[in-house]
Amino acid sequence: MHARADQRIRVTLTLNGRERSGYAEPRTQLCDFLRHELGATGTHVGCEHGVCGACTVRVDGRASRSCLMLAVQAEGRRLDTVESLAGEEGLSDLQQAFRRHHALQCGFCTAGILMSCEEFLDRVADPSEAQVRDMLSGHLCRCTGYTGMVQAVLDVARTRREATVPDSQQENNDV
Amino acid sequence: MKPAAFDYLRPSSRREACELLHEAGDDARLIAGGQSLMAVLNMRLAQPKRLIDIAGIEDLHYIERRDDHLAVGAGVTQAELLEYPGLAEAVPLLAQAMPWIGHWQTRNRGTVCGSIAHADPSAELPLCLATLGGQVVLENRRGKSRRVMAEDFFQGVLTTDRRQDELITEVRFPLARPGAEYRFREVAMRHGDFAIVALAAVIDSNRVTLGVGGVADRPVSRELARHADPSEALNALAWSLGAEDDAHATAAYRRQLIRELGRELIAGGPSDEENAHARQG
Repeated sequence: MHARADQRIRVTLTLNGRERSGYAEPRTQLCDFLRHELGATGTHVGCEHGVCGACTVRVDGRASRSCLMLAVQAEGRRLDTVESLAGEEGLSDLQQAFRRHHALQCGFCTAGILMSCEEFLDRVADPSEAQVRDMLSGHLCRCTGYTGMVQAVLDVARTRREATVPDSQQENNDV
Repeated sequence: MKPAAFDYLRPSSRREACELLHEAGDDARLIAGGQSLMAVLNMRLAQPKRLIDIAGIEDLHYIERRDDHLAVGAGVTQAELLEYPGLAEAVPLLAQAMPWIGHWQTRNRGTVCGSIAHADPSAELPLCLATLGGQVVLENRRGKSRRVMAEDFFQGVLTTDRRQDELITEVRFPLARPGAEYRFREVAMRHGDFAIVALAAVIDSNRVTLGVGGVADRPVSRELARHADPSEALNALAWSLGAEDDAHATAAYRRQLIRELGRELIAGGPSDEENAHARQG
């Protein structure tokens, strides 16, 4: 693939389960493509150099900064943003936990933080507080602080674990 | 900020990538994970005319344990290497040092070879490669490959021995030697920030190889005798690196960290995990 600097290239990706297309110049950041071209404004843009984490989205499941990726690099990939979390029944368990634990005030950084937390919870079922804090160190929150977020993540991890019946118990039930 | 305009090229083979590099001359930059380069482009500290994305080259995506080294292809992310089963046993220094690279979110995209290619003097992976005596494998547009020792590869701040038409295809980390111990310590403003001082040590029965990052213009590795009191050798090492004052720390503080942390590291101080808990407790 060879694209000229002033060329607008068609980019097709799967956004929150739906195939979406739009046009981007080579230099267009993924976050701007999502917001301006696809209208997915849930993803926020903060520092634009990979420090604040506000623009974090999931790329093929992995939490990544969408300001440190070009739209053209997202061709054919699966993107999940904060818009994917709430369903018809309302807020997701993680979003509810953020609310319950006062893990946000202004909410600017929250969209990115939720996407990191979702990947983290998928990978680490029984995290320690230190692990949660290490994951959150990739995000800056300037108004609320992190204590509520840590509690929310630990809370959701516990609830999700309890909702998953361990194999041994399942066997016992069968007997 | 937004990057200045550039042409975007996505070659599908190593050879094509090298050809494109050769054609573009000094106007091109390679991008893989982009976790260092994108920030540089966004801030317009670099304004290349062409960006060559190697993500489309399939055969760069491998981690292979060979006789005496672990080979990591240029497509492998830092997260993938950290998740490699048996990393702690194969190259224990990497297992200790890699959690210090940036953050969970940047390790998800940042590549191992990309960090080596970027050659930031405070970065963890160049420090590990230099301390272990690893190698960088480069390939040119004629398909010829050459191997360069880490100590010859890193030549200064963001400066390496890579020639203009060459692609780094692989880095090689020597496997753990039986009986040797591997230790890593870092001091930064916050976990994930650039290291003020990072130390990596390989401790054998009769000698210590100590690597220092964040102080000189490149990672530096020196051998010290094992049994002697290391204070004098550490002090000489601290003074030999040309430490400078910057916004984060003074030169004197950096020298002090080398002396104090070096002594602790060689003596076998608290592990990183214990430090992490202490910091977060």
